[in-house]
Amino acid sequence: MFELSEEQKEFKEMAMKFSRNEIIPVAQKLDEEGKFPQDIFKKAWELGLVNTSIPAEYGGAGFSNLDAVTICEALAYGCMGINTSIMANDLALLPIVIAGSHEQKEKFLKPFTEQFKIASFCLTEPNNGSDAAGIKTTFKDGGDHWIVNGEKMWITNAGYADLYVVYGTIDPNLKHKGISCLVVEKGAEGLEIGKKEDKMGHRASDTRSLRFNNVKVPKENMLQNPGEGWSIAMKTLDHSRPLVASSGVGGAQRALDCVVQYANERVQFGKTIGQHQALQMMIADMVMKIECSRLLVQKAAWLADNNQRNTDIASCAKAFATDSCMEITTNAVQIYGGYGYSKEYPVEKLMRDAKLLQIYEGTSQIQRLVIAREALRN
Amino acid sequence: MNIFVCVKQVPDTETKVQPNSDGSFIETNAIKWIMNPYDEFAVEQALLVKAANSDSTVTVLRVGSVKDTEALRTAMAMGADEAILVEAEDNLDSYMTAKALKGAIEKSGKTPDLILSGKQAIDSDALQVPQLLAQMLGLPSVSVVVGFEQNGDKLQIKREVEGGSLEVYEVTSPAVIACNKGINTPRYASLPGIMKAKKKPLTQLSLGDVSVSEEDRRVKYSDYKLPPEKPAGKKFEAMDEAQAPGVVKEVVGLLRNEAKVI
Ligand SMILES: Cc1cc2nc3c(=O)[nH]c(=O)nc-3n(C[C@H](O)[C@H](O)[C@H](O)COP(=O)(O)OP(=O)(O)OC[C@H]3O[C@@H](n4cnc5c(N)ncnc54)[C@H](O)[C@@H]3O)c2cc1C
Repeated sequence: MFELSEEQKEFKEMAMKFSRNEIIPVAQKLDEEGKFPQDIFKKAWELGLVNTSIPAEYGGAGFSNLDAVTICEALAYGCMGINTSIMANDLALLPIVIAGSHEQKEKFLKPFTEQFKIASFCLTEPNNGSDAAGIKTTFKDGGDHWIVNGEKMWITNAGYADLYVVYGTIDPNLKHKGISCLVVEKGAEGLEIGKKEDKMGHRASDTRSLRFNNVKVPKENMLQNPGEGWSIAMKTLDHSRPLVASSGVGGAQRALDCVVQYANERVQFGKTIGQHQALQMMIADMVMKIECSRLLVQKAAWLADNNQRNTDIASCAKAFATDSCMEITTNAVQIYGGYGYSKEYPVEKLMRDAKLLQIYEGTSQIQRLVIAREALRN
Repeated sequence: MNIFVCVKQVPDTETKVQPNSDGSFIETNAIKWIMNPYDEFAVEQALLVKAANSDSTVTVLRVGSVKDTEALRTAMAMGADEAILVEAEDNLDSYMTAKALKGAIEKSGKTPDLILSGKQAIDSDALQVPQLLAQMLGLPSVSVVVGFEQNGDKLQIKREVEGGSLEVYEVTSPAVIACNKGINTPRYASLPGIMKAKKKPLTQLSLGDVSVSEEDRRVKYSDYKLPPEKPAGKKFEAMDEAQAPGVVKEVVGLLRNEAKVI
């Protein structure tokens, strides 16, 4: 597998064209204004770039994980923040794809292929981030429905979502054995949407808190059985972490392309800065890390496509690609010198955007915990 | 309606073109090919006409090497129904290309109701093929087209002329219409479109199949060279108003005596 298929190359090319023509020209402005990329998101949906995880039986295109990471890298190349909004849809729909019954898939996934819709994945809480098994949101049995109470934090797309995939517990004392997963529809009574967070980067994405005050959710909206939510969440992350990792590859590739252009133009001490060997060392490191990151992402996706356990490699990909993206974008600012520190040039935003990739969907530290745990098991 | 679109595959606009070893053409090995950008307008126009006329098919035609069929696949991913490739070296002249296109249309077994193309290909920039093809088929042709309205077999065609003014033509189809930027906004090939394109028919013909041989060649390419490198530009600075007249004088002097443009 050392070449993408012809079709994957075409997907990538098309997504790159979309990034270049539709995303890059407006990304800076949307970032500055903190404006949600509604039009771009919708246009991307029309072209089949969104909800890549929905299977063909439910109206999706039937992409493989390898297809999906290839498309994701190209969109993140345009803007990591806008890609976060797009990717969050998949993160939210994946639990339904993985664990939903036929009826649930018909009911919840199909509408996303027929109309432009937005979804949120709601796991994190104010007091439980990395320690997700400790979440406090409760699902109380109310007969034919569940009663949801609690608070969620840092929820991407929350202000625009039509569907919320929410994790809670039927009993906090059960720890991860109590975790369950419910699909909550927009407008549910008692669902309060918090104010938009003012963030360092990914400013075009919409991040909010959510409060559930006695929200009644029909029993048939639970994915699998009560207490099976933890394994759904873990399987979801096995699929979604390669996506976050591929955004890191996209962001890093963008930084490298900017650097290559600048290093061939900017002259100091009578030669282009790219001819100073110290900078060449930095550029070589960028290239190496991007290549390694992309290979890890592809391996993680390939394993998932071939129904092989990918937990360790998905975490390797996520940690390596996002840490590399942070380093590469930081060095891109360095190579641009003072100009790199200005919003007039693209690398300043890349550096701000890269930071989030090391935090969400499991911090780089948590990925290392997963990798070490998997390694020590043998 | 039987709508035909002629598309050419050209080097990506960012390609740094190099002559090949004997100077008879450009080095094509490492080139990334794209659909000629003007042809995207033609494909889009064909798809718009198809949408407005039930029972229409869009057939894309290309004459060129088979190594990479980017342009045809893109056109089918955008929505064209089928494709015909006439396999040939990439260095045909305009006359041979037009004759091969005519042959491909005839081989398709369909009588054309409309033929669309780009106004020019961005690699050779000859601006000849649509007109030659129209002449060979005995059809009217209009180029540099920025407006297209159809009313039955009457076409109202707007054409851009020097100075930005427009000429309006009424043409009876079938006709050959060569499109310019501004006529429409080409759609993207959607991802499902790309997947569907795989299953659409692509017929391959040889130059022999369309009765084109080296004897049809009117132009022989023999000495491809890169243009001489431009010398570095000069920058003039006047720090204040008082310096300005002196600087202007210097610039005018150089333009007159060195660059010899005034
Ligand atoms: C913009 C944005 C969007 C987000 N979108 C979503 C979303 O859509 N849905 C969702 O559910 N969540 C989302 N999140 C939440 C994100 O996943 C969490 O922020 C992340 O998991 C970290 O949790 P935390 O912020 O509570 O940090 P903490 O868990 O408090 O971690 C703080 C620090 O301690 C470290 N740490 C914690 N535990 C350990 C340990 N055992 N060993 C070593 N180090 C440790 C962490 O690595 C980190 O450096 C989003 C966050 C942001 C900022």
